[in-house]
Order: sequence, then C-alpha cells, then structure tokens
Amino acid sequence: MTSRFTRRGLLKTGTAFTASGLALPTIFTSRASAFTNEPTGSSVVLGFNVPQTGAYADEGADELRAFELAVEHLNGEGDGGMLSTFSSDALGGDGILGKRVDFVTGDTQTKSDAARASAQSMIQKDGAIMISGGSSSGVAVAVQGLCQEAGVIFMAGLTHSNDTTGKDRKANGFRHFFNAYMSAQAMAPVLSSLYGDDRRAYHLTADYTWGWTQEESIAAATEALGWETVEKVRTPLGAGDFSSYIAPVLNSGADVLVLNHYGGDMVNSLTQAVQFGLKDRQANGKDFQIVVPLYSELMARGAGSAIAGIPGSQNWDWKLEDAGTQAFVQSFGQKYGFPPSQAAHTCYAQTLLYADAVARAGSFDPCAVVEALEDYDFDGLGNGPTTYRGADHQCFKDVVVVQGAEDPQDEFHLVDIVEVTPVDQVTYPPDHPMFAGGSLGECNPGA
Amino acid sequence: MDAFLLQILNGLDKGSAYALIALGLTLIFGTLGVVNFAHGALFMIGAFCAVTLQRLLTLSYETVDPERTDFLGNPMTVETPYVEAWFGPATGGALVDWAVPLAIVLAIPVMMLVGFVMERGLIQHFYKRPHADQILVTFGLAIVLQEIVKAVYGANPIPTPAPSALRGSMDVGALVGMEAYAVVYPIWRLVYFVFAALVIGGVFAFLRFTTFGMVVRAGMADRETVGLLGIDIDKRFTLMFGLAAAVAGLAGVMYTPILSPNYHMGMDFLVLSFVVVVVGGMGSLPGAVLAGFLLGILQSFASMNEVKSLIPGIDQIIIYLVAIVILLTRPRGLMGRRGVMEE
Repeated sequence: MTSRFTRRGLLKTGTAFTASGLALPTIFTSRASAFTNEPTGSSVVLGFNVPQTGAYADEGADELRAFELAVEHLNGEGDGGMLSTFSSDALGGDGILGKRVDFVTGDTQTKSDAARASAQSMIQKDGAIMISGGSSSGVAVAVQGLCQEAGVIFMAGLTHSNDTTGKDRKANGFRHFFNAYMSAQAMAPVLSSLYGDDRRAYHLTADYTWGWTQEESIAAATEALGWETVEKVRTPLGAGDFSSYIAPVLNSGADVLVLNHYGGDMVNSLTQAVQFGLKDRQANGKDFQIVVPLYSELMARGAGSAIAGIPGSQNWDWKLEDAGTQAFVQSFGQKYGFPPSQAAHTCYAQTLLYADAVARAGSFDPCAVVEALEDYDFDGLGNGPTTYRGADHQCFKDVVVVQGAEDPQDEFHLVDIVEVTPVDQVTYPPDHPMFAGGSLGECNPGA
Repeated sequence: MDAFLLQILNGLDKGSAYALIALGLTLIFGTLGVVNFAHGALFMIGAFCAVTLQRLLTLSYETVDPERTDFLGNPMTVETPYVEAWFGPATGGALVDWAVPLAIVLAIPVMMLVGFVMERGLIQHFYKRPHADQILVTFGLAIVLQEIVKAVYGANPIPTPAPSALRGSMDVGALVGMEAYAVVYPIWRLVYFVFAALVIGGVFAFLRFTTFGMVVRAGMADRETVGLLGIDIDKRFTLMFGLAAAVAGLAGVMYTPILSPNYHMGMDFLVLSFVVVVVGGMGSLPGAVLAGFLLGILQSFASMNEVKSLIPGIDQIIIYLVAIVILLTRPRGLMGRRGVMEE
C-alpha cells in the first residue's frame, strides 16, 4: 500500500491552510466573547495610535499627553479636568464601569499602512477595546476601516477631511473634530471682510484625502464670494522644501495664496512663502495675502513670526473662556507647563465621550456604545453645546476663526481669536454633495 | 523671463545642496573606493551641529517677573540666556541670532572627527569587500546614526532660523535691470549658493594647488603606483574621508534655515545625491558638481506649472528620467573616466 501523502499534495494543503488563516485572522473569527476584546478582568485597555514621527509628529506628541491626562482623570487621579464641567454625570472617577483604565500607544508614522499595523497589534495583542488618535485623515480613514472590521470603536483624533464622516464614514467610527467644509463656511465671511470679494487665489494642497477636500471646500466657499481660483497645485506630504511650488506663485497673477497644508508641512510652506517675500508683495493692485484654512498653535509656534496676520480656522483654542476650556487648560498646563493644542483637546474630549457612552450604555459592547453616542447632545467639553449627529457620526459645534498675532505677548499667545462662528452657520445635511457616496453600514461588535 | 530667472535661481539653490553632498560622496569613492551610504547621515549630523550650538547659546537661567502672569495666571518665569548675562543683551543676542553661521566653526572639527572615527573604526575593514557589503554596512551605520540623533533630539523638526539680517528676500530682478519685485528671492538661499560655491572652490583649490592634494589626485588615478613610490596613501585617504565628512556637515549646517533639521533629512538627500554622482560620472569631482547643479535646475524647471500641465508628476521623476537617458547614451556618466567601477 502506497502512502497517499505526496509532496505536491502537502504543499497544496499547506497553502490552502495558510491562505484560510490569512484571510480570516482570529481577531475576526473568535467566538469566545460577546464582542471583540470584551474586558473580563479589573481593567480595560484603550489604544492610542498617534503620529510620533513624520510631518504631524508635534500634534501626535500633544495628543499623547492629552490621552494620558484623560486616563488619569477617568481613574480618579489629578484634578479631574473637564469631568467637573461635562454635562453628563455618568463618570465618577472610578475608571469605566468600575474597571481601571490602562492604555497602550502606537506610532502611525503618518502612514496608513503603519497605522493599520499598529492599530491591529493593539487590538490583537494588547486587547484594546477602543482605538483613538489621528493627525492625518488618510490614517484616520484607514484605521477607522480596520476598527469597523475588527469590531472595536474608533474615536477619531485630529482628522479634518470631509471623507472621514463623508464617503468613508463607518458605524464604529466617531469624529469630534470639525471638518474642511466647516472650516470653509466659517472662514468665508471673515475672508470677505478682511480682503474683499475680488480676489484671485492660488492653492497649494497636500496630496491626499484631507488636502483634496480642504481645497474643494475652501475653493467653493471663496468662489461663492466672487473669488477666482487661478491654480490648484498638489504637493506631496512631507515635501520639506516647497520652494519649487512657491516660486511659480510669484508670477501666476494670483493675489492670495491658500496653503492647504498642516503640521510640519504648513510650517515649512508658510515659512518659505514668507521668505520668498509674498507677504510684502503687491499683486493686481492689492496687498498679497496668505490664508491657512486649518490652523493650530503648535504650527504657529513652529512658523514663528511668519504667521503674523495670517487667518485660519480651529476646532478649539485654549483662550476660549468657557468653563470646560478653563478646566482643561488648568489641568493640562499644571501637568505639562504649556497650554494644550486643539489636537490635544479633541483627543481628551473623545476619550471622555467614549467612557461616558460606555457608562451610560452600561456596556462595553460597541453597538451599545454606538447607540449611546448617536444624536447625543452634550456640553462642558470646551466647544459649547454640541451634538454627535447619528446620521454620519460627526460632531456639530461652533468653529473658531483665528489670525496670527502681530505682536505676541508671550510664546503661547500666538493667535488671536477673530470670531467664534455659530454652529448653525457650519451645519450641512448628511447627504451634502461633498459628503456623499458613503454609508455608515451596521455597527460591528466583532468577536 | 522673470519666471525663467526664478527657476534658474531655484535650481542653483537645490543644486548647491546636491553638489556639496555629491562632492563628498565622490571624494570618498574616488579615494577609498567605498560606496558610502552613510554620507546622508553626515549631512544630517552637520545640521544638528547647528541645532546643538543654538541650544548651547540659548542655555538660560530663570527669574520670576511678578509684574507679568503666565497663561495659568501665575507670576511669569522669564528665561535669560547666559550669553546675554555674560556679554550684555546686544552681544549675547547677536551670538544667539548668528548661531547658524557660527556653527560652521563647531562643525568643521566635529565632522572631521566623526569622519575619522567612522573610517578608522568601521569602514577601513570593508575596503577589500564587495561594493554590496560596503553599501549594507554604511546603510546600517546611517540608520544607527539616525536613531542616535532621534533619541537625543527627538523626532520632530527643530526650527533653526537664519540670522535676522538675512531672513528677508532680495529683489534680484532689479539687480539685472528688470522691473521692481519681478523676481524676489530669499536672501539665505542666495547665501547658501555663494557658500556652496566657496566650499566647492576651496576643495578644488586644495586638491589642485597643494602637495597633499596632488598626492591624493595621483592616488585617485593610480593608488598602487603612488604606494610603490613610498607614499603612505592610506593616511592621506583617511584625511580625505574627514574632509568629505566636513563638506557634507557644512552643507547640513547652512541648510538648517531652509529646512528645519530632523533625524531623517539625510536619507531624503542621499538617494538623489547618488543619482547625481552616477550622472556626473563615478569618481569625477567636476562631474559631481556639474551634475548637481544641472539636475537641480532641471528639477526646478520641471516643477513649473506649464511643464506639469503637459506631463503631470514630471517634477517628481525628472531626475531619474535624465539619469536613465544619460546612462544609456554615456554609460560612464557626464565626466566619468574609463576604468572606474568597471571590471
């Protein structure tokens, strides 16, 4: 009797076995729990996935500080921060549902592949039940997709692309941060009053999802004012030296440069634009202007005096005077010695909002959390009354329009708040063309 | 015409950095026969010499100003650099302001030492090994150096501004008879170009007009014969490694106001610089300089919107396309010599 095992047969079987294993990782197939990474011990693990290297590393570092502070407050340590001003009283400083909060961190490297690998590791190896973080919309969209497949909640950090809660929206994903459309709607009236309605704009745009939607939004809003868009030029993320992109602006006939850049890219492009004399230039009989639709104090710090007079928009600013902001700034400032950035604020708020949703739902089940967060109205987290819209999982709140300070009183007062645009002015229907093409789908509890 | 002049200036500015790095690479390859993938790291270490000096000059002591409050409402802590306390606010402030150019003085000995240690400690053991081994070991060394800098200085870019007097822009168009403000260009970028020209000129003069340089050139042409004449060519080549490291370091120091230093900035330049060396001709110093400026200018013209509208993305690939064309038509590069990198 001859053996039926052959080398070819063994290879075939082995390949099929390996392929099936690859196609269905245990994270998506295990049936031991009711939902993915159901906490069974005395603690629960949250995963904070931020850029610790790359063009957005500054934002990532501040996000991590905020996450750490939020975990401290959830566990009843420190001064409690915004827990004392939050409109919900479901959190009592005893962790989440009585379980102590632990966290793990990962480096997204501002790259989608690295971010997905990092998030997957936190879910599979560390048992993270919620992933948060961001600073690049490309990364946020990729990680949101992974969390949807894995059956964990994704509480987006800094992500500003319309797509995150537009065509790439997911049932398991939630965004507290504002978006490119909101920035454009908030900025248009300010730009009109600062520079008039007869302008010619040249766009330099980061070449990925955020840049595209930012460019589309701000171009539509300014064209509605009567501005003409002269040119839209895409630049690679992390280009470093933008001189070859800035030089053509000088003779383009434009009198406004719109920098759809963020983080280190914005610091470099703005600094180099100023070095090329754009701020001192005259074009079409007008003073040349530079606009940065998405701003942050971290970028202002990096760009130094170049930001003087440059307008932009923010999700939040530490100089807002509401009680939530003051509590957070006090708490963050005491711990780290400087005020928090908007990236830090949104991550802190998202961590509290997740914990609160679990507490109100009485369960870590992702679908219960989704239900608790949808159409949830809250206040006291620094932006005034806010709604987490159920139709697209986007927060709706006031938007801050700022301008670089001409004569900063110290290293922290780098931008002046020009206007706080009311939420009604930046609200749009869920099926708005700039957000069309996506569907939340069903929430996925995983397991 | 103004757009043309602007792109020429832009190309010269980019080309300056390419030429300086490629010059050092070629010096090392021409003298020691080593393909040094750690050369970009030397550029990066040079940049961090400027950061280090800036930090040393801004070492401060703290005083509390009861008249002012910080963002938390507490009395404000004011930091005053020691140099301002020692030399007075005017002189101390000027020292801090001119940290980048002053870092040249620090960078030359530091980079020579780094080059010497690198060559004696590691690279000399790979002279007789295949080029693939040399590439692997120097690439590994580059990663180690990057990670050390990352551990010490962090992952984020560190703003290192030019002296305030050189931060603005210059009306270059007016200098050549064009209408006012038709072509304005950042002063520091012009300074960088002049600096690069001086360094390149200095290296060529050193090799051309000194006995040491003459021996090195002879060694580059025929190492064996120079050795047979009783000259210790290895010692001279070690010094040339130090010189090449210093050139890369100086290129890095002066580049910091153009691009805030970060730990991976060397890698960003390394690949392009190798293309420059290959296009110029392996082992040819004039070829490296010529190719550096040529490719810088070509890249600059390729980034014009008129060109990009015809061939989208051309600015990203132009250097590699030109490299392919030149290598197909002139396999030894623009100024390559027979017998170099050939069996």
